[in-house]
Formats: sequence, C-alpha cells, structure tokens
Amino acid sequence: MSLKVLRAGILSTLQDRGRYGYQRYGMPVGGVMDEHSHRLANLLVGNAEDEATLEFTLAGPRLEFTQTALIAICGGDFAATIGGREVPAARPVLARAGSVLDLAVCRLGCRAYLALAGGFDVPVVMGSKSTYLPASLGGFHGRALRRGDELTVQPAPAHLYPALHRALQTAEDFVCPKWSVHANAALLAHDHHRIRFMQGRHFALFSEASRTQFISAEFRIAANSDRMGYRLEGPTLSLTEPGEVLPEAVTFGSIQVPPDGKPIVLMANRQTTGGYPLIGEVASVDLPLLAQLPPGDTLRFEPITLEQSEQLYLQRERELALMREGLRERAKQ
Amino acid sequence: MAEPFIREYRLSPLGDRALVIELGNDASEETALKVRSVTERLLAEPLPGVLDVVPAVCTLALHYDPLRIAAADDAGGAYAALARQVTARLQSMDGIELTQPATFEIPVCYGGEYGEDLETLAHTHGLTVEQVIERHTAPLYRVQMLGFAPGFAYLAGLDPKLATPRRSNPRMRVPAGSVAIGGELTGIYPLELPGGWHLIGRSPLRMFDAFAQPPARLSMGDRVRFVPVSMGEYVRLAETHK
Repeated sequence: MSLKVLRAGILSTLQDRGRYGYQRYGMPVGGVMDEHSHRLANLLVGNAEDEATLEFTLAGPRLEFTQTALIAICGGDFAATIGGREVPAARPVLARAGSVLDLAVCRLGCRAYLALAGGFDVPVVMGSKSTYLPASLGGFHGRALRRGDELTVQPAPAHLYPALHRALQTAEDFVCPKWSVHANAALLAHDHHRIRFMQGRHFALFSEASRTQFISAEFRIAANSDRMGYRLEGPTLSLTEPGEVLPEAVTFGSIQVPPDGKPIVLMANRQTTGGYPLIGEVASVDLPLLAQLPPGDTLRFEPITLEQSEQLYLQRERELALMREGLRERAKQ
Repeated sequence: MAEPFIREYRLSPLGDRALVIELGNDASEETALKVRSVTERLLAEPLPGVLDVVPAVCTLALHYDPLRIAAADDAGGAYAALARQVTARLQSMDGIELTQPATFEIPVCYGGEYGEDLETLAHTHGLTVEQVIERHTAPLYRVQMLGFAPGFAYLAGLDPKLATPRRSNPRMRVPAGSVAIGGELTGIYPLELPGGWHLIGRSPLRMFDAFAQPPARLSMGDRVRFVPVSMGEYVRLAETHK
C-alpha cells in the first residue's frame, strides 16, 4: 500500500511525538505541533499514539491511495474531500483503492494530521520518524513532501471496523461512521483565545508593569511565526534591570523575551537551550490549541499554578485513556 | 577524580513537564564540573519517567513524562514527586568518578571566502589577521555546553582581546563548518543555519552525524584546540570526512 503525492501543500511533513533522549547533544525534540490531534488520529485507525502522521499546514496536499486505506484526519478544518464529496473529520474513514483525498485550504485552525492504519514506512532516526528540516533528517528523506513522491504504508496489523469494509463494497470512493470523537476544532471557533501559563524561571526579573501587561494585554501572532516559535506582537516587555541570563534548557511552550521585548513562545522545533529570560511556560493542555492558531489570531495569557496545570494534564490524559478504550471496542464492529 | 559534594542547589519547574536543577549562577569551570557530575549520575542511573537530561552552563534540566513519574499521586503531583527523588539523588552523591574529558584538534582554514569577517574583526581589535589566527589557535578551549543546534558546542576560553559582540543583523545562512566568534565564546556551526556570530574560518570536520553514537563530536567538558590548515589541506580533509 502506498500514498501518491499529487500536490504537496505548503508544508507537509511526517511527524511523531518527537525525538527524546538527544537534547543533550543539541538535537531538538521536534515532532507534531498539535499532539492531541495527532494522537486522536492515530487512535482512530488503531495505531500506536506515537506512530508518525502527516502534518500539513495552511494549504494541504492532494493524495492518492493505491489500495484500500483506513485513515483519519484530525486538527484544523481543511475541507477534505474524496472524489469531490466532503470527508468528515475526527472519525475513521475507509477509502477505496485509487481514490483521491484532497485537503484544500485551511478554513479553521492552522494544521491537521492524517493518520493511516499501519503507519508510514520510513526509517527511525535517533528514535523517531519526525522530520527535522534544518538538519534534513528523519521523516521522508529528511524533507517536506513534494509532488510525485510515493510513501509506503506499513500493513495494518489488525482488520479493524469490519462493518465499514462491508459497506465499502456497495459505496463509492469512501465510507465512514456517523459518530466522531470530540476534537479540538470546537475550541477554535472562538475569536479570543485564552492561553493558560505558569510563571517562568525569570518572571520576577520583569518589571511590575511588564508583568501586569503580560496577563492583561492582547497579543497577536506575527506573520513570521513557524514550527520553531510563535512571535507575539503586543506590549513591549522589559526587565526591572537590563541584563542577561546564562543559557539554559527551554521547553515546548517556554515564553522567552529577547531584548526587543517581544515575547516568543517556543514550539515543536525549538532549540534545546535558550539565552533569553523566560517569563512563563504555556500549560501543556493548551499547547494543541496554541498550535492551531494561525498568524494574525489574537490571544491572552491567563496565569495558573503548576498544580492546576498538572491536574488539567491528568484530566486530559484520563479522557484520552477512556477514548482509547472506547475506540478499541468500536473498531471491532 | 573525587566527586565534589553538591551542597547548594535549587530546584524549580520549567512548565509542567520539566524540572531545572540550579547548581550555581556563574560560567565557572567549578560550576560546570558540578553540572557534569550530576548529569553523568542521572544518565548512569536514570530516574523513571525522565526523557532527557539537558546540561547547560550552571543548570541542568530534566524533561519528564508526568504519567511515568513514580509516586506522583502520593503527594503534590509529578513535579513534587520528581523533586523528592532528585533531592535524594543529590544528597547521596559523593565520590563518583567523572569521565575524563576528551581533547580534540579541529583543523580550520582561516579567512578568505571561509572566514568572511576575519579582516573586519582583526581591524576592529587593532590586530593583523595573523595575530587573530595566532590568538584563536593558542588556547585549549573548554566545551561549556551544547545547544542552539544539533552538535553545536559553546567553547569557553577565548582570548579576551578577540571577544566581539554578536552582529546586529544575523546572517540568514551560515555555511556548515563555519568557525565563528560570538561575545566571549567561539564555536563551529555543525549545519547550515542562520547565525549572528562573526565568521573567521571553516573546519572540514563533521560536528554532527545522526547515525553516529554519540551523534555529536563534542561533549560538555571536552577540550578543543584549533589547528590552522591551508585551503589545499582543507579540501583534502573535507573529502575524507564527507
């Protein structure tokens, strides 16, 4: 089974949950931007949650399946169609051999994830299938997809959703169930986004005015934001006494403030270390939402404690665990 | 070498999935030694749930999976549980052996098209190009930390006369192998990257290889000396290190 790339989209790369264990060599973790959507997409097709999915951004690819394929799309809304008919998101979809999936321009959110049952057959480099473009490593030949590429898909270990297979015999192009999982698309419908954060290691170094502004002002995501970091436009933040901090480790969601006073939220492709003061870290549960905000969107930061953030994280994981169990049962039908 | 006993440290969270151990507040070799000892100890006997140990100048960070931290439910959540385990580890540390740092000689072709900023930098400091090369090849540098990019080592020990503030307009593309000066540090760009350091030469050695073990040529604490080579020698070495 393989996937033919008829159109590549703006930035379509294979990503998994990232490359851990090598940050001490300066190797960034990378991986998916919206981990929640990535995991859901994998669960829907019976994959392990850290199997690689195809992450596409703002304008999606056009893909042909050489054989019958069990797929799922989660994340932003790309008005997906197969054979001109709309494909609903956040559910398993069984597509006929030779059918063409078109992921058009993003209508809501910023990026989405395509999982294929069995997963993509690409080498594991430093423990991960994630594409890391700056070093041209991982993923599909270390690069973004191009027109004409053909990606091999590993055989799916189990025959899932037998009812869909029966239904496909009399259907055109594709079939899918009426149900869907709860995806984060609903959250994106709001105009004003609230991103919860915890105080960072250098929070106290910022002036009182800057600390107040950080939690009261609205920030706009700048056009030059990317997988490495979201640059924010808004009030200029400053330290009480100008100075530098010694470089130290940063994480997904670290909010660093360079001397120009404009905060940058570090995202999936962040460096392992940074040398700018950290005013805070985004709560892990809000990173998938942030990863879906396109340049031009606005957000506000809302302070929470570490304990609150940990509770939210556990709650999210419990919900996912329930979903994992539920989907395992549904896939037998 | 006897392990220095860790007397003073401070733990703090870095978001909800990482913990920072602060072992000092300076860039001294003494602090770096503490960072290295704790790093080696935590790598030799990993704490369950810790995914990455990231040493820096005077801190190290542990990135962890909150669901896999032992006894996280007992009191206060994953961070509190991990902090207790780290504290116990630090207090139990004494007399472990540190790996002997390796010493590397790095060939560099200075100036010309490989070191576009060499002449300007020499001029800024009132030195000749030859004097800059002499002063840059004299010290035995210490790898302060890795970061910025895969395999990028911050090298401490630069001749103070060569210290140069970073460029106000960083280059979009610095070629792989570029040897550069930024502030009081020097280093070698392992990949083609954007960068704001001053380029004085280029090394033919590969500093990062995803398929090597370890993937980075240099590790924290290693020693480095630069050896000047001619353009011809550079080309020959570049062929053998492809």
